[in-house]
Amino acid sequence: MRRKWSEQIHFNLMLLPGMLLILIFTIWPMGGIVLAFKHFIPTKGIWHSPWTGWENYSFVFDTPVALRVFKNTVVIAMMKIAFGFLIPIVFALMLHELRFQWFKRVVQTIVYLPHFLSWVLLAGILRDLFAVDGIINQLLHSMFGTEQIMFLGDNFWFRTIVVGSDIWKEFGFGTIIYLAALTGINPSLYEAADIDGATRMQKLKYVTLPGIATTIVLVGTLSLQNVLNAGFDQIFNLYNTLVYDSSDIIDTYVFRSGIEEGHYEIGTAIGLMKSAVSFVLIIFSYSLASRFANYRIF
Amino acid sequence: MVRNTTAGAKAAEAVLIILLALISFSSLFPIIHNLAISFSMPAKAMAGFVTIFPKGFTLDSYKKLYEDSVFFSSFWVSVKRVVITCAISFFISLLMSYPLSRSVREFKLRNVYMWLLVFSMMFNGGLIPFYLVVRQMHLMNNFWVLVLPMLVNVFNVILIVNYFRSIPKELDESASMDGAGPWFKAFRIYMPLSMPVLATTTLFLIVTVWNEFMLGLIFINHESGIPLQTYMQQLVVRIDPTLLQSLEDVKRLASVSDKTLGAAKIFASMLPIMLVYPFLQRFFISGIMLGSVKE
Repeated sequence: MRRKWSEQIHFNLMLLPGMLLILIFTIWPMGGIVLAFKHFIPTKGIWHSPWTGWENYSFVFDTPVALRVFKNTVVIAMMKIAFGFLIPIVFALMLHELRFQWFKRVVQTIVYLPHFLSWVLLAGILRDLFAVDGIINQLLHSMFGTEQIMFLGDNFWFRTIVVGSDIWKEFGFGTIIYLAALTGINPSLYEAADIDGATRMQKLKYVTLPGIATTIVLVGTLSLQNVLNAGFDQIFNLYNTLVYDSSDIIDTYVFRSGIEEGHYEIGTAIGLMKSAVSFVLIIFSYSLASRFANYRIF
Repeated sequence: MVRNTTAGAKAAEAVLIILLALISFSSLFPIIHNLAISFSMPAKAMAGFVTIFPKGFTLDSYKKLYEDSVFFSSFWVSVKRVVITCAISFFISLLMSYPLSRSVREFKLRNVYMWLLVFSMMFNGGLIPFYLVVRQMHLMNNFWVLVLPMLVNVFNVILIVNYFRSIPKELDESASMDGAGPWFKAFRIYMPLSMPVLATTTLFLIVTVWNEFMLGLIFINHESGIPLQTYMQQLVVRIDPTLLQSLEDVKRLASVSDKTLGAAKIFASMLPIMLVYPFLQRFFISGIMLGSVKE
């Protein structure tokens, strides 16, 4: 019995460094959310600043910025989810149909790569590609004779580039989970289909797709939690004042109003709303995933 | 499998190969284009003739890069940061994962910790409270602000916990019989057996830490202390929004920046990731599967 007790103490000791860090950098800041309901006076600190109730929120909702920011976040995130959902499936199926194994591996290696590069650097490249005198404009000019388009300064094009480049960066990585599911399909199912005289399309429809259906449902339900994540790193590094109307999202607005302009209460108020809604979305998507795809975190 | 070798099937295969080749090319094109610019003569790159081959091949931009002391100081900050973060994180994650992989019967508080961990992954105070906490701790302009917040990656811990749970219980029990305590078991039994997952999480952490730029941006004010990605963010990407009032401004700003040197810096900043990528690739497929579907 004594041994059991000392073991419990050692378990707690082992968890100590990690939990201390979580306590400081994740749990402690949660206390700071009271700022959303306070009028922050720097000399008094967070706790001694006066309470204001919902005043910060009414301020937020009286400004047109809040509505714009919420709308942009949801629209961009939904576009990314919708368009980014199908492409990895189609791409995985294409790779699966391919017989040359070495070529398949080369393709996989190449398309996974952009996932690992940072948006800072990719934004640097994209800014150059889509510049007014950039290569894309020159190609369009020589092929279709179009005038120079200011891609990154135009509200329509900017959003298109944000969604397009996000899909470009992530579609390869997104195929991994489908490819893993595809290799899990029992080969004897294909053999049986061959004996029954099934065509390629029939095999796709009756063997391959049912084989990855669970994974498709899983990825779909888990993607729901990202409805308020439009991609801070990407937009922050690509946008400019000309396209705030179409691209300013919650995270970029919190950064600007909070860190750059020092409006801590407003930034906290909007940030808290985002965290709260995201939390509900995560719980919702996890419970859907566990119900329909038998998914568990641990 | 019965091989279908009709002409139609061959044509379909050919179309597939061409399509996949085109997609692969489009994945690489922006990177190749950037590389081509970095090797081009500035005047030609500025006039915009470069696509995938450099125009007027020269190493000038890399020579200029070599003399750029700020680039290298931030590069070393990043290297130092990645090495220190990954080394410490490796041990912290391992230490956290072992008790958490025990059952509630063996470790009474297991579910309390697990709940805290998962909650901290799902909910957070947001950027501003985090910013204020770090400031309150007087970590501003301190190298450790780049390290400490990244040491515990809950997702990685969960990955390791799941892996530990797949290791047969009998092993743990027999070690206990021989008198092994939890520390001995974590380091001498579970660690060697879990190298695949520990390597996966470490490699993922290398990429995450190398690519992270926010901490340096908001907490470090002096040029010599910022990590590489923050430096790049400020150099290549960040343009003071208040300066941009018209189309002319955007054009003017684009032309004053040194295009070829910028491209060289971008490529040099990608290089470490491209170098660990081959090692990474071996591991992340299994890593992703560990993190997603479990039976």
